[in-house]
Amino acid sequence: MNINTEMVDYIAELSRLELQTGEKQAMTAQLEQIIAYMDVLSKLDTKDVEPMSHVFPVKNVLREDEVEPSQDRAELLAGAPVPNGEAFLVPKAVD
Amino acid sequence: MTWETVIGLETHVELSTRTKIFCSCTTQFGGGPNTHCCPVCTGMPGTLPVLNKKVLEFAVKAGLALNCEITRYSKFDRKNYFYPDLPKAYQISQLYLPIARNGAVPIHTAAGEKTIRIHELHMEEDAGKLVHDPWIDQTRADYNRCGVPLIEIVTEPDFRTAGEVIAYLEKLKETLMYLGVSDCKMQEGSLRCDVNLSVRPMGTGELGTRTEMKNLNSFKAIARAISYEAKRQIELIEEGKRVVQETRRWDENKDATYAMRSKENAQDYRYFPEPDLPPIELSEQYLEDLRAAQPELAEAKRARYQADYGLPEYDSQMITSDSMLARFFEDLVALGTPPKQGANWIMGEVLGALSARAIEPRAMKLTAPTLARLISLVGEGRLNRNTAVKVFEAIFDTDADVDTYVKEHSLEQVNDDGLVRAVCAKVLEANLQSVADYKGGREKAFGFLVGQVMRELKGKANPQSVNAILKELLTQ
Repeated sequence: MNINTEMVDYIAELSRLELQTGEKQAMTAQLEQIIAYMDVLSKLDTKDVEPMSHVFPVKNVLREDEVEPSQDRAELLAGAPVPNGEAFLVPKAVD
Repeated sequence: MTWETVIGLETHVELSTRTKIFCSCTTQFGGGPNTHCCPVCTGMPGTLPVLNKKVLEFAVKAGLALNCEITRYSKFDRKNYFYPDLPKAYQISQLYLPIARNGAVPIHTAAGEKTIRIHELHMEEDAGKLVHDPWIDQTRADYNRCGVPLIEIVTEPDFRTAGEVIAYLEKLKETLMYLGVSDCKMQEGSLRCDVNLSVRPMGTGELGTRTEMKNLNSFKAIARAISYEAKRQIELIEEGKRVVQETRRWDENKDATYAMRSKENAQDYRYFPEPDLPPIELSEQYLEDLRAAQPELAEAKRARYQADYGLPEYDSQMITSDSMLARFFEDLVALGTPPKQGANWIMGEVLGALSARAIEPRAMKLTAPTLARLISLVGEGRLNRNTAVKVFEAIFDTDADVDTYVKEHSLEQVNDDGLVRAVCAKVLEANLQSVADYKGGREKAFGFLVGQVMRELKGKANPQSVNAILKELLTQ
């Protein structure tokens, strides 16, 4: 896969990142290296290999539908960069 | 040129489980901001989601009722997007192996019968609520709804009219409510619908470019948005322009759809298998047990009420319009109430009282044994119908004991024919003009005389015997 500036712009937009020109260049080079490595892996013939989504042979892990107390709000918000006592505050995201 | 509108629906339905899909926080509506939250549903690093057994069961039940094939080996996937309504920056959903596929929902419209194919049904988590605070120019994130279980039901593009869409949604709502998997309250957002719409010249097979409409909160909004959007697309094409594939938001106040900003339109979710949740493998036994436990749905009930109880189609339709009402009716019949009488009371007094109080059948205090007793008192001739209606009104909100109430207010029907006869004679004597009118052919005068007798007896006489005795005395 070819990584160019448009691709980096697109990924940045999806990730809500604002990159400066210098950062974009650095990012393009780094992503290219990563993708080049993936290209090596892509050469392997995996035609008959089932894609693996889980490492352990575990299935049907379920819990009962029983309410347990939620976390104390003050504790929950304690780690937020900008809490206000009730909610997590984020930059303007809705009109 | 004649145009054809082609519509597909994506419906999100909140499941009525007690807890969220991946953690044990309550799903209760309301509550102070972020009070129904824990590290799992606020997306704290290092937490592990665990699937709620009931969510799986409800999704399978819904899939079965919508005639889907249930996926025996199912998985979850991550849908990645950066928006603060989901603190993990991804939504846990199902893309590759949804729990159910290839269903069919028969609908009935004025144009006749039609089947809407279901493409798939999958489980996912709901997002939180964002409210912008203009005072501080920041957005508040409340994650109480984050992690509430949803099923998303995706149809094939099988609808051609708004009428078909509404018929399908009503059927879906009815089915899910009968299953008890959702309360389907549109105003609280537990049933929400995205409409995919395109137009094409009538008779062509190819699909036109579609738009997706969001923010449709009522059947009325859905119908209006469909007619607006179809017209907009047809006008564009007829002007030689083209339809852009985009997400549009319905604005209830402006009665129009408008395109959402292109950033919100960037849809590249980079799905990949969810490593935190192991796959689900359903046994034949599990499916068999759920199949056996499926409740009787509205359609089957309507058929049975007509066949077994001899109810008219209209009555069956009214009674099955709500699953609680249908249960109430069946309880009445089980207690020995003649079906048609039970139906009449439900359609008349019960629905009237509910609508006067603007409450749902599920919130009704009156129980079936109480109403059954009241109806049987009428049947035994111990209460007349009018008095029974008064008793009904008096006890509807409390479910008080009928016999006690009747006794305390001495409402029991006067079945003493001697007394009725005496009162009749007295009334005739006092109303000679009416008697003359009646004998002169004025039928109305008879009704007046009956009314006078009932008044004398405080409404407690049996109207039939009053009629009979009056007639007898008048022909003498």
